[in-house]
Amino acid sequence: MKLLVCISKTPDTEAKIQLTPDGKQLDTSGMKYIMNPYDEWYALVRALELVEAQGGSVTVINVGPSSNDQIIRKALAIGAHEAVRIDAEPTSAWFVAHQIAAFAKNENYDLIFCGKETIDYNGSEVPAMLAELLDLPFVAWASKLDMEGNTATLHRDIEGGVEIVKVATPFVVSAAKGMAEQRIPNMRGIMMAKRKPLKVVEPVAVDDPVSVVQYALPPKKKGVKLIEPEHIDELVRLLHEEAKVI
Amino acid sequence: MDKTDKGIQRRAREDRYQGHDYYLIDELLTEEHRLAREAVRDWVKQEVSPIIEDYFEQGKCPTHLFEGLAAIGAFGPSLPTEYGGGGMDEIAYGVIMQELERGDSGVRSMASVQGSLVMYPIFKFGTEAQRRKYLPKLGAGELIGCFGLTEPDYGSNPGGMVSRLHDDGDAYVLNGAKMWITNSPVADVAVVWAKDDEGKIRGVIVERDWAGVSAPEIKGKLSLRASITGELIFEDVRVPKKNVLEVQGLRGPLSCLSKARYGIAWGAIGAALDCYDSALRYALERIQFDKPIAAFQLTQKKLAEMITEITKAQLLAWRLGSLANEGRATPAQISMAKRNNVYIALQVAREARQIHGGMGITNEYPVMRHMMNLETVITYEGTHDIHLLITGHDVTGINAFR
Repeated sequence: MKLLVCISKTPDTEAKIQLTPDGKQLDTSGMKYIMNPYDEWYALVRALELVEAQGGSVTVINVGPSSNDQIIRKALAIGAHEAVRIDAEPTSAWFVAHQIAAFAKNENYDLIFCGKETIDYNGSEVPAMLAELLDLPFVAWASKLDMEGNTATLHRDIEGGVEIVKVATPFVVSAAKGMAEQRIPNMRGIMMAKRKPLKVVEPVAVDDPVSVVQYALPPKKKGVKLIEPEHIDELVRLLHEEAKVI
Repeated sequence: MDKTDKGIQRRAREDRYQGHDYYLIDELLTEEHRLAREAVRDWVKQEVSPIIEDYFEQGKCPTHLFEGLAAIGAFGPSLPTEYGGGGMDEIAYGVIMQELERGDSGVRSMASVQGSLVMYPIFKFGTEAQRRKYLPKLGAGELIGCFGLTEPDYGSNPGGMVSRLHDDGDAYVLNGAKMWITNSPVADVAVVWAKDDEGKIRGVIVERDWAGVSAPEIKGKLSLRASITGELIFEDVRVPKKNVLEVQGLRGPLSCLSKARYGIAWGAIGAALDCYDSALRYALERIQFDKPIAAFQLTQKKLAEMITEITKAQLLAWRLGSLANEGRATPAQISMAKRNNVYIALQVAREARQIHGGMGITNEYPVMRHMMNLETVITYEGTHDIHLLITGHDVTGINAFR
């Protein structure tokens, strides 16, 4: 099997989110980054499990500058066989999907994995756009994936139940929690990652129809007022006069 | 699969530790160093933090962690891969020890002993047959090792040891008793130091199931409670000559101790960082007199001094690591870093405990556990005072030990 896993770089979950003064960009100074957990824990690990069971290779692909090599090396340390980086700033889902599609269209991957969303912009757009651009079937937010021959059975957690779908390769899937378990790279994997190929590819020209007008941080949470149980009348007064909900 | 022992409560609360790097020392590290650190940090958050308080409280060793330590490659990471190591450099070894000790000094000790005190001497002084026989299994955690140097009456003065190896044809007959041996009650093999008939110190590899070997556990420790410690008792143990290491004199055990002390110089920073991280978080959240206690000058003094000392220790460790990578770190330089970094870690732990107020004495927070652990760390692998005398000897040329 020849598998492609799309990986993204996202701010660390503990990072403090601040905007540039014009509100058009994330302020990235001092920001710590990680590999998007949905890409790392579920998409990449399930792809590796499939190849370990049936043979083949896993390529990881990322659209980004050379500072992204850090997360690409981590993917190689976890077990991916080779990596590709499209050398461009990932300005939008549209741009990223076009870059990956341009690379993947002649590579005949059996399966293309993405995480169900990135934990920064939460767009969930790239996998669907990628499937469309490559004219492949797409299964979104799958929490289980089993292969038998060329047919995959996937579980999708839906409101109040599970949807089970079958699809023949090749296709694009976006991985949700449950598809696999996080793998921590070991020291040998980290050392081997240095010697695995990381190919840097020039981007293709893409006209991006989308531009960001403005970001705004959510309003700050107000403090919590604690009221002793014996002062219930004070609670009623505050709900009436300050919160104005009763 | 959860492999924790019965009766151990897992903590639901998430370990939110983040590293602190005030002087951007990360920029001095390579991609491998950072990947190694993140990997061990993730492992500690998953495997150690949720269970360590309960193991510590019950005074039990989480022996199931040996398997995980082996799987991530924490045993002998700087030894060559063909002998079960990781093929990494000394700084990588340091950051691994730091992240393990961030979890618990006892867990770091489990890895230090296996890597620096068992695998290292077999690699450095072992015959090719000994290396092939023991190292891959030790690296994979299939065998657990321990290191027998200290005796009940010979701690800081190991050269006075009374354990004996008597030449008896194709074997040596080993008699003696070793004390304060990390991992000994669960170990399969021991690297043991004893004097031969000529009074020269020799190293031998002893297997636990040989006749005459016993390893009773030392109970009642109020420190390193999640690490198992014991004695090693040898009564007419026949050690085949093929199990003798190719080294003579104190140089053998002391070179192992240099390795382990180097790891401790890094490891102690981990304990200090965990205490600082917890104290900083607590000081910003805890409200007294209508403001966070972090707003008070006396709290800020504590926090500022803590991060200053941690930063100095990080720089010391990084420079020592760079020297070690070039094979230039002297035992005296290692002594200075071990002594300083463990000492400041203990100071940081004590200040952090005060910032936590009453909560600081409970195991809701990791601080008191680190503080109790560090009382061992400041004593083992060369006491605080002995390391001072090593520096004194080094700068004056005069030995004040005797």
